[in-house]
Amino acid sequence: MQAYTQKIREAARRLLSEKKVDVVIGFRKGTIPFMNEPFLARNAEQAAQLYWDGNCGINLANYVTKRTDRVAVVAKGCDTRNLVTHILENQIPRENLYILGVPCKGMLDKRRIAAELNGREANDVEESDGKVLVKGRGVELTLDRGEYLQDNCSICIHRNPVLYDELVGELVEEQTNVDRYADVRRVEAMDPGERWQYFEDLISTCVRCYACRNACPACYCPTCFVDESRPQWVGKTIDPTDTRTFHFLRAYHLAGRCTDCGSCERACPMGIKVRQFTKKLEKDVKELFGYEAGLSLDQRPALDAFQPDDPQAFIK
Amino acid sequence: MHNPYLPYPVRIESVVTESEDRNQKTFKLVFLNPEDEARFRYMPGQFAELSVAGQGEIPIGIASSPTEKGFIMFTVNKVGKVSSHLHNMQEGDIMGVRGPLGNWYPWDTLEGKNVVIIGGGFAFTTLRSSIVYMLDPENRSKYGNIDVVYGARMPGLLLYKEELAAWEQRDDINMHITVDGTTDPNWKYNVGFVPTVTKEKAPSADNAYAIICGPPIMIKFTLPVLTELGFPPDRIISSLEMRMKCGIGICGRCNIGTEYVCKDGPVFTLEKLATLPNEY
Amino acid sequence: MSEIYIAREKLPGIVEQWMGRYRLFGPVFQGQYHEFEQVKQPGAVDLDFVNTKLSPKGLFHPQAEKMFEFTLDKQNPEAGILKEIPRDYSERVILGIRPCDARAFVLDDVNFNTNDIKDPWWVRRRECSTLVGLACNDPCSTCFCTSVGGGPFDTAGLDVLLVDVGDGFVAQAVTPKGEDLLAGIQGDPMPGEAPQKIEDLKKAAEASLGKAFQVESFTQKNMLDLFSDPLWEEVQFSCINCGTCTFVCPTCWCFDIQDEVSEDKGARMRLWDACMFPLFTYHGSGHNPRGQKLQRVRQRFMHKLKYYPDKYGNGVACVGCGRCVKACPVNIDIRQVARLMSDGCVCPA
Repeated sequence: MQAYTQKIREAARRLLSEKKVDVVIGFRKGTIPFMNEPFLARNAEQAAQLYWDGNCGINLANYVTKRTDRVAVVAKGCDTRNLVTHILENQIPRENLYILGVPCKGMLDKRRIAAELNGREANDVEESDGKVLVKGRGVELTLDRGEYLQDNCSICIHRNPVLYDELVGELVEEQTNVDRYADVRRVEAMDPGERWQYFEDLISTCVRCYACRNACPACYCPTCFVDESRPQWVGKTIDPTDTRTFHFLRAYHLAGRCTDCGSCERACPMGIKVRQFTKKLEKDVKELFGYEAGLSLDQRPALDAFQPDDPQAFIK
Repeated sequence: MHNPYLPYPVRIESVVTESEDRNQKTFKLVFLNPEDEARFRYMPGQFAELSVAGQGEIPIGIASSPTEKGFIMFTVNKVGKVSSHLHNMQEGDIMGVRGPLGNWYPWDTLEGKNVVIIGGGFAFTTLRSSIVYMLDPENRSKYGNIDVVYGARMPGLLLYKEELAAWEQRDDINMHITVDGTTDPNWKYNVGFVPTVTKEKAPSADNAYAIICGPPIMIKFTLPVLTELGFPPDRIISSLEMRMKCGIGICGRCNIGTEYVCKDGPVFTLEKLATLPNEY
Repeated sequence: MSEIYIAREKLPGIVEQWMGRYRLFGPVFQGQYHEFEQVKQPGAVDLDFVNTKLSPKGLFHPQAEKMFEFTLDKQNPEAGILKEIPRDYSERVILGIRPCDARAFVLDDVNFNTNDIKDPWWVRRRECSTLVGLACNDPCSTCFCTSVGGGPFDTAGLDVLLVDVGDGFVAQAVTPKGEDLLAGIQGDPMPGEAPQKIEDLKKAAEASLGKAFQVESFTQKNMLDLFSDPLWEEVQFSCINCGTCTFVCPTCWCFDIQDEVSEDKGARMRLWDACMFPLFTYHGSGHNPRGQKLQRVRQRFMHKLKYYPDKYGNGVACVGCGRCVKACPVNIDIRQVARLMSDGCVCPA
């Protein structure tokens, strides 16, 4: 991680001082454990604040949307897939982007580690050699890093950037023996009543803060459907009908566009596993159209282009 | 405990389409309960929340004057959900009114002063209230000269046309009605933008206050004219608009810095506004 | 004011006794975290908690509540007329509230309960509630109550303060309401060392908090200078404009009013809103005085740390509970913002 940080700073300093880009978007070290803050470096001096570790789970593609300057962006595998999606959806031209690709080893799940700490507080966290060393008052834990990754990271098969201008480290080995849709199949196997209840329980604590939506690079509509007032599609209360409508529609808007970066789930203040919705649609799009979002600039997203051989089984 | 969120039920007594583009309608409302009318004691410059069950509420300046008894009057511009619905309502329909809300033009301070009223477009509502209030026989002697500059884009967009014509005939008020342009050969008033007409008519700043309401662009270009005429910032008074919900300084959205437009305003002097963030 | 000692094992009995006389609310473990809710089983109250995920403001200002009801049935002579709804204002006890959260109610009172305008629901709920606080022996690293005028043993807004002294709790009445509550309770003999223990716990807790920033160093600055400071450019970049900070915050009171209709029945609803949302200030004309993210981020911090203290002379509208620090998805830390407001920032041109 130290090495990544050094490489990112060097590259940013070079790009900014050579005026190859106007700004560099990366992370700076957070003020509390397991958090880093998205950061905009405007000059070579500020490049020294850039930072990288296993707490960079927020997707930085979210910060380049509709920018008109020349931007370098620090991007993990999933972030680069969202950059590809952005380019395909005309949210930023490729020539304005300089991608500092980060071969990713997965991001830490702060909630899982918090559960391990069982109410005690971490003050200091170090990552090294596949271990996470967590220190706090009256506690010192050495955890196997691989066991404490965000859910999406532990099943990720695109850790390496799919599009980049330079890499900040050696490419990592992609995971192969992962079951990407175990969760989805578990839900699919439920009977309708059970499934309905599962989703009702899942979102019962939702406060409608829209952190999931706003953390998502693919949610960039100028006016989101939940904010429309004429007509008003969704009520603003926390009535289950309204909350449900929000989550269902949000998920459908992401069908064939979601890269499973996990930003939504990471952002949720209530710890709701919102990927349970998007993951199902990701699986369906893959099965129906053989499409995975953001892997290639040469292929239109499955749901924004008609192909003569598209499946038509839904027409009955 | 009095519930400040609960509207008084009112009946729509009449609906008048004010402007040629049919975007402004004037609603005369009558309280269903006489005791509510007694509670609704207001001064020109205040506003109220018009409530339509099922649609919501909108903050609208009170266009009637407290000297007019038996009804209250609002001129509503059709913009959003509530106002569009209101435009389709009919005489006899029941709705609600909550208020009066906010502060008012400083009538105590204005006593013994000359008053210059400058209005543009459909922002003439509380100015109408003010004029009617000052012209009331009980009140007229309290104020000095009254000058009114009122402009609209074209003659058909002027509000309260009959009253304007009547005020033109009086000698205790100087009317300067203007339009940006017109093809009407019978137009007998001014042609020109409000700032230009204000400059031409040059109402004296001596012992005078100016009250100005209108679109931001009009205010922007009229303020330098008033300054040139010698009006200091503490004698230029304006009324602001903001998105509002509660109207009573609680729900938090209409602030400009420390001030809630709904409760601490909507009437501010230019002097006060200069101390606040430029965020309105 | 009276003081009684409650042995730890006696607490559930007292909770049960209160449940017979009052509606009782307290922290209940929800699987991942604690939240305040009405307690149905005496054993459900869990005072072994740091703090709840959401603040207890919802007990006084619910996220969504019906203000009025109405019918749109034209046959009904009352059609279109809003009607008040009966509400339960029977006496209730809120147990285990932290001093920071209780203090938030005092700060919010100046908004909801003024000399000329009173929010009836807030005022009535405040009146019918007796607040039993729990002192913080062990504040967490995101807590900063002592930097904003509070303290881990602060009694502002509380009727009773409980201090966990190990084998039991010392309950100190703070107000006549608190006296009334304690009067009905059979205490245990006060251990001789309890007063000293409380002093020691309080000192240790305060010492662990330190000062995150000096409030005066920015409240005394000129409002317009702070407003136009380049620090907001720096602070706003990472913000994603969600409502998380405002929803978890005990002093964020802003709300929306919306009508909801189903067939011919409807209700006027009051709903939490957030200055982070563009719609919050969006005019019908399309104009938006806070259309930019920077303006919204600035509004939130300026409201808490400058506008509020300027308007009410009541200190800053932040109690240092640290919920927003923990919950912000992108690590915007109000302590850091306060320091930038104090010192100015080395900000980009």
